[in-house]
Amino acid sequence: MSACLDIRRLSAVLPNGQRVLRSVSLAVQPGEVSALVGESGAGKTMIGKAVLGVLPKSVRIVEGEMLIEGEDLGRLDPKARRTLIGARTALIPQDPLTALNPSRRIGTQMTDRLVRILGWSGERADQRIRQLLDEVQIRDPERVLKSYPHELSGGMRQRVLIAAAFAAEPRLIVADEPTTALDVTVQKQILRLIAQLQRDHGTAILFVTHDLGVVAKISQKVSVLYAGKVVEEAETEALFAAPQHPYTRALMAATPRYTDPYASLKPVDESVLAGLAVEIAAADKDWRPGHG
Amino acid sequence: MDEASVAGRGLSPRLWLAGGWLLLALLAAIFAPLIAPQDPLAQDLMLERLPPFWLDGAEPGYWLGTDSLGRDLLSRLIFGGRIAFIVAFAAATSACLLGSALGLIAGYFGGWPDRIISRIVDVWMAFPPVLFAILLVAVLGTGLSSVILAIAIIDWTRFCRVIRAEAMSQARMDYVESARIAGYGRMGIMLREVLPNVLPSVVALLSLEMGIAVIVEAILSFVNLSISTDDPTWGSIIAEGRLSIHQAWWVLVFPLITLILTVLSFSQFGEALKARFDPVLR
Repeated sequence: MSACLDIRRLSAVLPNGQRVLRSVSLAVQPGEVSALVGESGAGKTMIGKAVLGVLPKSVRIVEGEMLIEGEDLGRLDPKARRTLIGARTALIPQDPLTALNPSRRIGTQMTDRLVRILGWSGERADQRIRQLLDEVQIRDPERVLKSYPHELSGGMRQRVLIAAAFAAEPRLIVADEPTTALDVTVQKQILRLIAQLQRDHGTAILFVTHDLGVVAKISQKVSVLYAGKVVEEAETEALFAAPQHPYTRALMAATPRYTDPYASLKPVDESVLAGLAVEIAAADKDWRPGHG
Repeated sequence: MDEASVAGRGLSPRLWLAGGWLLLALLAAIFAPLIAPQDPLAQDLMLERLPPFWLDGAEPGYWLGTDSLGRDLLSRLIFGGRIAFIVAFAAATSACLLGSALGLIAGYFGGWPDRIISRIVDVWMAFPPVLFAILLVAVLGTGLSSVILAIAIIDWTRFCRVIRAEAMSQARMDYVESARIAGYGRMGIMLREVLPNVLPSVVALLSLEMGIAVIVEAILSFVNLSISTDDPTWGSIIAEGRLSIHQAWWVLVFPLITLILTVLSFSQFGEALKARFDPVLR
């Protein structure tokens, strides 16, 4: 059985030659939640965008492969690639405020994609959307479908986006920090919803986050990213039980704990950062684009 | 809920005052032959420089007085409104269509289409607009269509610049990215996701541009480069009034007031419409 998403030795550079992804390899098996953890700027969102084919123009992929259900995106022509990505993937975005078009009603935005891209009948799309709104526990679908995005709360908008992501039955969903922009109280509900829908639909999720607490709750597998390099990859339980890499250990130590709220926050230790710098330099030293 | 919120929003006095004046002026212009008290071209030297109705020496039927050739000022203003509105609608709409389309393409697609369009806009804006208009009309010849064409040719850049900037910021929005992921084509995204969000600005600018077109037409007829001198236009009435300011101030003042009210109303009406159309502001 081929992996739902298989990224092999993916490297990307900025126009000034700086590497932003360093031979990243990771796989997401069908029906599995795989977390991608790292601090801001580690390149985790970049990986998500690369998979979905929406990298900024300035970022250039210089080596590596990305396979969705065994199909190599790099070997497809742009149109076929778009069609494949559109049919098999979806995005749950970070900011529910800017992810919905402010001048179109929720209902038309949600059904439009099913009708225009996937060729469903309007009626079928409508039914499907209502079913999904029910699954994300929206109690008054009539009102929500008729609303404009600004008339809904952040949590409601994120529910709508989750429903929209699952509506077309994608095989893979990229969830890009889907709880970061929400209140802590809402975060928990949204997380539970994503987990629930993921189990019910058997969708694979690449879950991008900086929050180890979220990782522990939702994922079966974790890749820890630093400066565009995967420094540790493990089953979630194994990672939390025995983190191998000093950076992973430092990240865990830096997570604030509710049991001891008065403990001062610990930044990642200098020696760990120095170690990482040496590791990154070693990885770059022998690297030439195309030759690995 | 919808009806209530529409009524609530509709009560903006700015919208009603500006819209009311424009509607009044527009209706007067459309039905000019029916409502104008006198023939705007009829000269009568016995009636020259009659003052407006509240001053001594006014004649009934000549509400705003007469000019130095004895022509009724109110009738001339009403007929002048016809040309003002035709120019306003035709020129502003043409400039809007051309400028908005190019601005949308430049802003959304970026890259070389943006570079080409932006350079053209830069070059265009280097010409002083009024001089450019006078030059164009001198080349195209006087007449209604030349005036309309000249205004459209000069002022499309106004739309292009604003719409380009808005389309650029829209293109960076997450919902545009989501649409790309879903598999929409670039054209589809531009029309379905970007255009509805720049439309409020287009409407506001269109209304503003109508006001500007009225001014430009007035300027052109002031310097005698617009329509044939027989037809009354606000600009030509102002030009005549300027010559007799010491004997008959009303010939200058009333067309000026009409012009100012109309231009102000167009811009205020546009702003109010924008506020109403914008789903986030309202």
